[in-house]
Amino acid sequence: MSGSQVEGFQIGEYRYGFHEPERYVYKAPRGLTRETVLHISEMKGEPAWMRDLRLRAFDLFLRKPMPTWGADLSKVDFAAIHYYVRPTERPGRSWEDLPEEIRRTFDRLGIPEAEKKFLAGIGAQYESEMVYHSLRENLRRQGVVFLDMDSGLREFPELVREYFGTVVPPGDNKFAALNTAVWSGGSFIYVPKGVSVEVPLQAYFRINARAMGQFERTLIIADEGSFVHYIEGCTAPIYSEDSLHAAVVEIIVKRGARVRYTTIQNWSTNVYNLVTKRAVAEEEATMEWVDGNIGSKVTMKYPAVILKGRGAKAEILSVALAGRGQHIDAGAKVIHLAPDTASHVVSKSISHSGGRSTYRGLVRVVRGAVGVKNAVRCDALILDEDSRSDTYPHIDVEEPDAQLGHEATVSRIGDEQLFYLRSRGLRESEAVALLVRGFIEPVVRELPMEYAVELNRLIELQMEGSVG
Amino acid sequence: MASVDLLVKGLRVGIQGKEILRGIDLSLRRGEIHALLGPNGSGKSTLAYVLMGHPAYEVVAGEIRLFGEDIRGLDPDERARRGLFLAFQYPAEVPGVALSNFLRTALSAIREQPLPPLQFYKTLHQRLESLGMDPGFADRAVNEGFSGGEKKRSEILQMSLLQPKIAILDEIDSGLDIDALRVVANEVRRMADEGVGILVITHYQRILEYLKPDLAHVMIQGRIVRSGGPDLVRELEAAGYDAFRTEAVEAVA
Repeated sequence: MSGSQVEGFQIGEYRYGFHEPERYVYKAPRGLTRETVLHISEMKGEPAWMRDLRLRAFDLFLRKPMPTWGADLSKVDFAAIHYYVRPTERPGRSWEDLPEEIRRTFDRLGIPEAEKKFLAGIGAQYESEMVYHSLRENLRRQGVVFLDMDSGLREFPELVREYFGTVVPPGDNKFAALNTAVWSGGSFIYVPKGVSVEVPLQAYFRINARAMGQFERTLIIADEGSFVHYIEGCTAPIYSEDSLHAAVVEIIVKRGARVRYTTIQNWSTNVYNLVTKRAVAEEEATMEWVDGNIGSKVTMKYPAVILKGRGAKAEILSVALAGRGQHIDAGAKVIHLAPDTASHVVSKSISHSGGRSTYRGLVRVVRGAVGVKNAVRCDALILDEDSRSDTYPHIDVEEPDAQLGHEATVSRIGDEQLFYLRSRGLRESEAVALLVRGFIEPVVRELPMEYAVELNRLIELQMEGSVG
Repeated sequence: MASVDLLVKGLRVGIQGKEILRGIDLSLRRGEIHALLGPNGSGKSTLAYVLMGHPAYEVVAGEIRLFGEDIRGLDPDERARRGLFLAFQYPAEVPGVALSNFLRTALSAIREQPLPPLQFYKTLHQRLESLGMDPGFADRAVNEGFSGGEKKRSEILQMSLLQPKIAILDEIDSGLDIDALRVVANEVRRMADEGVGILVITHYQRILEYLKPDLAHVMIQGRIVRSGGPDLVRELEAAGYDAFRTEAVEAVA
């Protein structure tokens, strides 16, 4: 009965922990072999170059060591994971096309409703495949492409071949190699020159099966002078066994274009979330990562921007909430390769109920990149004695001309603040919630209104019962 | 006796083993204004904190009754919901939270029901206007970067919106220029006329000229050494606290 949910209020509970029965077209056995990799490629009917890339990546995955820094990954059991689960034969054109249990899941997550209200297009991934995809007709007519990655490869083979794996090469790290070997689903987006997608596109990633591995692959190409805002959300059921989510996201922001990529990560606390996200920004281009991490058992994720063209800009804003049993090791990477590039990093983390949050950042300025400006601000809020926060800012500057700023604070909620709010009638939990909301406000205000409300609500839900 | 709304009797209070209030008696009724005067360090702010329920202070002996109910064991928010209010001498900053949002949250918490936004904003703007404050003021984060005078006005705005039954104003007049002082005093007077019982803690004569308190109390070294009408305030103005210090010493002896 984990599928039942009382409307209204449940204290400190993850509301998305329900699961539906498994009726799948195909489910790979546990564990990863070369045969599984080949089988995935075959089932997808891929070109030889992609199959070969997968196999090369599989070898790299086997050879690459586990990261020895960051969060504790010693309990990740690669042999226990299902690497590929195909829920349906093909993506649905309408929600009604989907099997009942999948449709019910997305209904409960409010996805079709969001699609109607405030999105220009949506992709819904269930296990390993995108099961539903839509894009507003006016955008389609302007040449905007928003497909699942598998369809992207079929319909735009040259474009995919030109860019796939160029921003995050297969050997970048063990989990990028794993993703390249077994990737399935994710989004493929192309925005033509000068086209501005004013309303956000969204992708939603849902894990339903036990011991599931989800390896979506996303490639976004924003052509010169274009704009797109892509939002992703994710949830999973609660199982005693761990699941693994290892995505790769590659973004190419061409001259004068701007891409904003927003994540509201709300995995259940049995999911290892080990994600590589990176963008290349060309001349006068702007890349913005807005990253909210409130779920997962372990997250290791450092959205990166390579500022390759003169005058390119990066903005990386993140919020992390780590509660009981969670370690959120997140941050930002900015590589200044070109002159007059600018970057701005804001990280806000909250640790409570014994949770641990880490900010890990890299700012690199190469020789010759003159006129670089960078500012990093990371603030940690620790709500109790059992919780922990660490900051590892790495700065690597070869160009003496660079202007860098780094500010970090660690704070606890002050007794006088709490007394002041309580004297105005707020209960302790309400007072803490208000202080937390104020603490993350500089990041949350960057979200579209619906998502800002949602993020605040999710954070309050997770913190219920952790105070007082 | 039944009509005393805030009753303090034989109140002794300590912090970290040090006794600060050494037997306080006070009877305040709704609609009355009492002034509490005394030199620095005499325990006035401690009394304000203890009445509001600050957890750092320990009530060693005595009673605090609000409308007949013993409130010593109540949390600050429970006291607030029963109609008690404290305007802080040094109100805390709440970064990232707009004053308007804070006030709506507070008012909903005190009334124990959510407030329709339109009605709230209408009331808020009326209050801002009557206090001579810019409408944009309520969009700023609570007390963050406020000048001394802005903090005081913000406290009065909060009192005015939260509509308490008993309000303690801790040095609400410090840092205000003469015009702001008049506005603040008028608002306090108006609230008293509407039936709010008010305890004004101050160092200065000036605000009392506007407020015309019903009763003044002089506190020295954790005790109220004299209580009296307007004459007491004038006496104090003329003679300073020294005369009263002698009384305090005599009282101890």
